[in-house]
Amino acid sequence: MIPAKFDYEVAGSVDQAVELLGSTDGAKLLAGGHSLLPLMKLRFAQPKLLVDIGRLSDLSYVREDGDRIAIGALTRHHDVANDKLLAKANPLVAATAAGIGDPQVRHVGTIGGSVAHGDPAADMPAVLVALEAELVARGPKGERTIAAGDFFTGFLETTLDAEEVLTEIRVPKAEGVYVKFHRRSQDWATVGVAVARSNGSAHVALTNMGQTPVRAEAVEAALASGANVADAAEKAAEGTSPPSDTAASAEFRQHLARVLTRRALEQALN
Amino acid sequence: MREIAITVNGDRRELEVEPRELLVYVLRERLGLTGTNVACDTTSCGACTVLLDGESVKSCTLLAVQADGREVTTIEGLAENGHLHPVQQAFHEQHGLQCGYCTPGMVMAAVSLLGENANPSESEIREALEGNLCRCTGYVNIVKAVRHAAAV
Amino acid sequence: MAVTEHETGIGASAPRKEDARLLQGQGSYVDNLTLPGMHWMALVRSPHARARIKNVDLSKAKAAEGVVAAFSGADLEDGWAGPLPMAWPVTDDINNPPHLPVATTEARYVGDAVAVVVAETRALAKDAAELVEVDYEPLPAVVDIEAALADGAPLVHEEFGTNRCYTWPLKGGEDVDELFKGADVTVEERYRQQRLIPNPMEPRGVLAQPVTATGEITLYSSTQIPHIARVTLALATGVPESKLRVVAPDVGGGFGSKLQVYPEEALGIALAAKLGLPVKWIEERSENALATHHGRDMIQEISLAATKEGKITAVRVRLTVSMGAYLMIITPGTPLLGAWVYGGAYDIKGYEFECSGVFTNQTPTDAYRGAGRPEATYAIERAVDALARKLEMDPVELRRKNFITEFPNTIASGLEIDSGDYNAALDRALEILDYDAVRREQAERRERGDAKQLGVGFSTYVEMCGLAPSRILGVLKYAAGGWEAATIRCLPTGTVQVLTGTTPHGQSHDTTFAQVVADRLGVDYDDVEVLHGDTSIVPLGMDTYGSRSLAIGMAALCNASDKIVAKSKKIAAHSLEVAEDDLEYDGGTFRVRGTDRTMTVKESAFAAWHAHDLPDGLEPTLEETAVYDPSNFSWPAGTHIAVVEVDTETGAADLVRYVAVDDVGTVINPQIVDGQVQGGIAQGVAQALWEEAVYDDSGNLLTGSLVNYLMPSAAELPDFEVDRTTTESPNHPLGAKGVGETGTIASTPAVINAVLDALGPLGVTDIAMPATPERVWRAIEEARS
Repeated sequence: MIPAKFDYEVAGSVDQAVELLGSTDGAKLLAGGHSLLPLMKLRFAQPKLLVDIGRLSDLSYVREDGDRIAIGALTRHHDVANDKLLAKANPLVAATAAGIGDPQVRHVGTIGGSVAHGDPAADMPAVLVALEAELVARGPKGERTIAAGDFFTGFLETTLDAEEVLTEIRVPKAEGVYVKFHRRSQDWATVGVAVARSNGSAHVALTNMGQTPVRAEAVEAALASGANVADAAEKAAEGTSPPSDTAASAEFRQHLARVLTRRALEQALN
Repeated sequence: MREIAITVNGDRRELEVEPRELLVYVLRERLGLTGTNVACDTTSCGACTVLLDGESVKSCTLLAVQADGREVTTIEGLAENGHLHPVQQAFHEQHGLQCGYCTPGMVMAAVSLLGENANPSESEIREALEGNLCRCTGYVNIVKAVRHAAAV
Repeated sequence: MAVTEHETGIGASAPRKEDARLLQGQGSYVDNLTLPGMHWMALVRSPHARARIKNVDLSKAKAAEGVVAAFSGADLEDGWAGPLPMAWPVTDDINNPPHLPVATTEARYVGDAVAVVVAETRALAKDAAELVEVDYEPLPAVVDIEAALADGAPLVHEEFGTNRCYTWPLKGGEDVDELFKGADVTVEERYRQQRLIPNPMEPRGVLAQPVTATGEITLYSSTQIPHIARVTLALATGVPESKLRVVAPDVGGGFGSKLQVYPEEALGIALAAKLGLPVKWIEERSENALATHHGRDMIQEISLAATKEGKITAVRVRLTVSMGAYLMIITPGTPLLGAWVYGGAYDIKGYEFECSGVFTNQTPTDAYRGAGRPEATYAIERAVDALARKLEMDPVELRRKNFITEFPNTIASGLEIDSGDYNAALDRALEILDYDAVRREQAERRERGDAKQLGVGFSTYVEMCGLAPSRILGVLKYAAGGWEAATIRCLPTGTVQVLTGTTPHGQSHDTTFAQVVADRLGVDYDDVEVLHGDTSIVPLGMDTYGSRSLAIGMAALCNASDKIVAKSKKIAAHSLEVAEDDLEYDGGTFRVRGTDRTMTVKESAFAAWHAHDLPDGLEPTLEETAVYDPSNFSWPAGTHIAVVEVDTETGAADLVRYVAVDDVGTVINPQIVDGQVQGGIAQGVAQALWEEAVYDDSGNLLTGSLVNYLMPSAAELPDFEVDRTTTESPNHPLGAKGVGETGTIASTPAVINAVLDALGPLGVTDIAMPATPERVWRAIEEARS
């Protein structure tokens, strides 16, 4: 319940945060802290230095950026969920944010923090993968843009370097559906299915079906080749290697992925 | 140690804290505001819910240094001039508490909800309290109390 | 909130006295208490389910910042005056292992304490505990009840040569073998009561304050049983009982888990005395999952014999129960609290019961809300549904056919049910539900082949409350009595103090006890103060568990109030210069018959205090104590109905309606009784659908936090529709029966029966608890193949 000791610095800018991250081995960024602090309280994580970027209010925004919507990495789930622009331009992202954790978590946790944590059970990563979102990161070598599909590399692992800060998430204007199966309302997804629709095609990505969010390529291919929804959904578990834990076995997760994909597609394509 | 200043229940409080000190323990042990309870260690139960700049947060999952310069309201700060806040009054009238341990967090979560949605339906109330656990009441009278408070 | 404007008499929903402080953050939970010079204790716990403790190196911990002391189990071993208490040796040949607060040579479950540190702050104690280096030799562990009884199983306590703890039989009525031989139909069922973690919202906490000059110690503990703790901790620590004061301040829920005497309480006392410092320990939630006792965890085999018309003739039950690694205060007896009621609310002829306790390398089990009766109710109510399926009868019709209808009734297990009307509760519940409409909707969904099917499940339960007649406890080898004490002290200024030996942790004693006293003595509800939970203020008591506060504690209070009225009457007769027989009494006022000459109890209290003119031989002051030992248990009963919607594709079972009609005898405060029932229902539903302590094969608890031990929130539960019927208990001065556990006892089988009802057409006849989506899905798949 009490974290081990650590040093703490407040970053006044992204560049300063990058610099501070480079100053100490084992330094970690602190945004809302709702992924990191729970681990630190149980002493599963013991960073030497926390670099607090929570006060960089210029990283909290949702704005139109050409044909995309740009979301500042420090925008809280609550603000993403209630954003008027997103409600019109990408209700999928808003609705997904509204279902993360509980109201208290959404009042503090940020979209960037959740995404950068790289938890395959988190909702937003699969949604961003389905949306083919872009993630913008800044590091010592400057800024780079990473496709959501390339961003997640393993369990709690992303392509971000130790000294990089995720600054922005860019999503297309699109519609879609996120279906989340969980035992209790506050729980992480046992399985989640994100369906994003753009230009007549459907992209499907899965939560908690592997070490990273998983693009359901077989489903997409089946749909593209004219299969009906039910038949396409049957392929949802292909290539997945979901975990077995107290919430569900891998086998049951694969079953759920098929059922939920069918339901999500029916909802999204109707 | 870091110097911080938090406005707690309207009073500016300046203190030196270790970075690892959680807001809930600073409230309880440094400021003597023991009304906010701790009931889990995984951000699951909501017993420690307080308002941060008017919105519900779990004070077990915030470092006190993160609250520097901000406003915190705890259960002790709700009643005014000896009059219970309408949510407190409704919990009393509807028997929304038994052992009382989840109650401060539950009340603060309800206050935050009503700040965002003045007239929630029963299902909206139940969803909004998803992050607050109670072992005594079965939630029936808690939900009733929040509906009552909304009607005031 | 100072002046109560509501009705406050018996039967009125008086607003709670407890609320003012609890709603404003002024509760006195142990963690809210701070003493000058207070230090913090942290425990080092075994990460192994079974391991030899080869060495405990405390050197780094002792050298750490703020640390004042650190001890291994061996360091403390010689200081204990006795083991931790086990108060219920259910058989003469029970295997009862030694149990010290800190393990010395072998750790026997994950969470078993192996060392303790004391430091200046909570954080420093925690830091130092991490620096203790324990050299363990892991040993094979056993974490499954049946595996523990297999040949060659690792032994939790090698000295016994077996993991069997005891076997306890009970027989009653006609010969059960004969009844089974003569039966037209039998059902044989096997159920698993999963292990549960009680999880009161307030974890445990201890604060021990020594007075070194005199050897006195005050222990503040989040406990349900300060009085029992005082007796037993005196024996364990060697602090004389007369010098030990135990205080239960505000306690944030217990549900049986604080009906216990724990290592940390003994340690708090011992270390406070040894170090001459106030010592505090506050349990963390993940620590609570390991270190606070668990509940249930048994295999139930139940058989029914019946006629082809559906008349049940005999019930035979065999339980195999996990004790965990040690016997705590009533570990062996807990399953036996259900031993008499596996026949349910049904009129049967023969009854046979046997229970075996088994050691496993897990957290000890003990009482959890309902203790024994939820398990019994689950088994009989599910078995009755199985019989209904076999006979193709409606489960309601089958129940009606078998209800006990005459009271008092000596049931086959040998106890006497005081009163009841089981059909009345069932009728009312069916009416609230609109049974026919629910069955119609169910039929329509089946017809359409909907993915989401509807199921309706019944539980027509009876349970025994009010532990317990002392003579029965003696026969059962329980170490203590079952009496309860109450004192009423009428103060000279007209206010009244009530002392009760029961100890609340959410049940509203301050309110209901005040209601009764105000009613009986004619004083204002606001003028009655109820004191409890402090052995110095209330020296006599047997504490709160088993729904006994109202059933026993309130009876003692009524008797004390009768004594007050009797003494007051003597004073009134003397002052009014009439014979006692010339006085009539009503609501606190004595009146000389046929006149307007009166004296109140309040006035007599002042007269008794100044004592200027009392009848000869009458002692000054108006204070009376009564100790009540019940003549029988009390028997709440009722009908609970669950309606669930089961998603046959995902396996998710959603409770959509819940109707409960209970007969708990006379009701003191309807709002509070409803609250007790609603909370109990949620806990029982949680067992049916969500909660389970899951261990891996090596004995690691996989559900050790509230992230994965799934206590439901408001979002998972519907409104509960509760109502009552009433038959008064003839054994209780107010006719009350008790209500603390009915909801938990009744609800679990109602939900599971509903799930099975929904899945019946798919061929599913069994589902293990909790009925998780995966289990439901697998049951459907299995039935299909």
